[in-house]
Amino acid sequence: MAGTFRFELVSPERVLMAVDADQVVVPGTDGDFTVLSGHVPVISTLRPGVLDVTVGGTRKRLFVKSGFVEVDPSRLTVLAEKAYDVDELSAATLADELKTAEAELASAKDDTAKRMANTLVSELKQLSARAA
Amino acid sequence: MASLKDMRNRIASVKATRKITKAMQMVAAAKLRRSQEAATAARPYAERMAAVLGSLASKVTDKAGASPLLVGTGKDQVHLLIVMTAERGLCGGFNSNIAKLARSDANRLIAAGKTVKILTVGRKGADNLRRDLGRNIIERKDFQGVRQLTFAHAEGVAKRVLEMFEAGEFDIATLYFSEFKSVIAQKPTALQLIPATVPEAADAKGAGALHEYEPSEEEVLGFLLSRNISTQIFRGLLENSASFYGSQMTAMDNATRNAGDMINKLTIKYNRQRQANITKELIEIISGAEAI
Repeated sequence: MAGTFRFELVSPERVLMAVDADQVVVPGTDGDFTVLSGHVPVISTLRPGVLDVTVGGTRKRLFVKSGFVEVDPSRLTVLAEKAYDVDELSAATLADELKTAEAELASAKDDTAKRMANTLVSELKQLSARAA
Repeated sequence: MASLKDMRNRIASVKATRKITKAMQMVAAAKLRRSQEAATAARPYAERMAAVLGSLASKVTDKAGASPLLVGTGKDQVHLLIVMTAERGLCGGFNSNIAKLARSDANRLIAAGKTVKILTVGRKGADNLRRDLGRNIIERKDFQGVRQLTFAHAEGVAKRVLEMFEAGEFDIATLYFSEFKSVIAQKPTALQLIPATVPEAADAKGAGALHEYEPSEEEVLGFLLSRNISTQIFRGLLENSASFYGSQMTAMDNATRNAGDMINKLTIKYNRQRQANITKELIEIISGAEAI
């Protein structure tokens, strides 16, 4: 499918990114899915993971920490509480996030919270392993 | 009668005060712009969230099975008032206006036999309510020394509120903050947080109606409802911060003007007195000379 669609990454503090993207891989709670132009309208929650955005042939990887996405045929809006550019993510921030995530995991009460925290920890570990 | 020296000192001191208030006004103006920008930047998130939440919530027909965050606990016995104020004063009636609104609501609820619990965010609100409602304040949160409010701050407050709600410590939560209308107008506002005040479902497009939901509508709604608390608190914090600087700017502008008026008056008085003294001395000299 040809054509681009509007991709917006919004955090509570500001709009982080607004571009016309060719393809975005979204880490949904029920599994990753790829959004292309003309996608069926979907609203999904996010699990902690990496958003893979392709704009004009260049890929950009963004780490998001929970949130939700709204997909329209011509638009994709990601509302994330926190987002980092994977390439610019420093080891220090990563370690920091990992620490809070582990604390969250330790204090998580119900299963859903535990599962979310667990994914977050493992995703962060993967990232730091790659960065090292 | 004050001596000339006293008056000179007085004028000097008012001038020093004017310099300070003038500086504070300019600082407030600069910070106001920053706060306003932050509030504007935060709007897209809140708007999208409200739109999706609105369309989802309007679909909930089964009131009994819905999340208590949306429909409430079915009781209204224990009220939690979250009173958000600033950390500092010198801002006109800003803090006292919010406190006044919260106080009148609290007194009304107490008179109706309800239990009132108060959570204050910001030092000034606690100070203001401590005297008559001190026993009702269950917790205070201060953001002293925080330069830039981030979502994490709001999340901290929201987390605490949710914990208390899950522990059944209150039935209804209301947020008190100052809505930023314009630089000169700030309106103390009460916003019911739990059960959620759901915005009217999105425009005629009915954007939500066509969507598929993953994992399921209920889960998405549940997720959004708890997020909504943080978002609303964050919005309150940002509006408050903009209102605070707006209010401080106006207050300091008035103070500067008053100081200017005062200096003028004092200077006129000082000059009159000085001239009177000179005239008196002249008369003394002349009559002394005539007497010889």
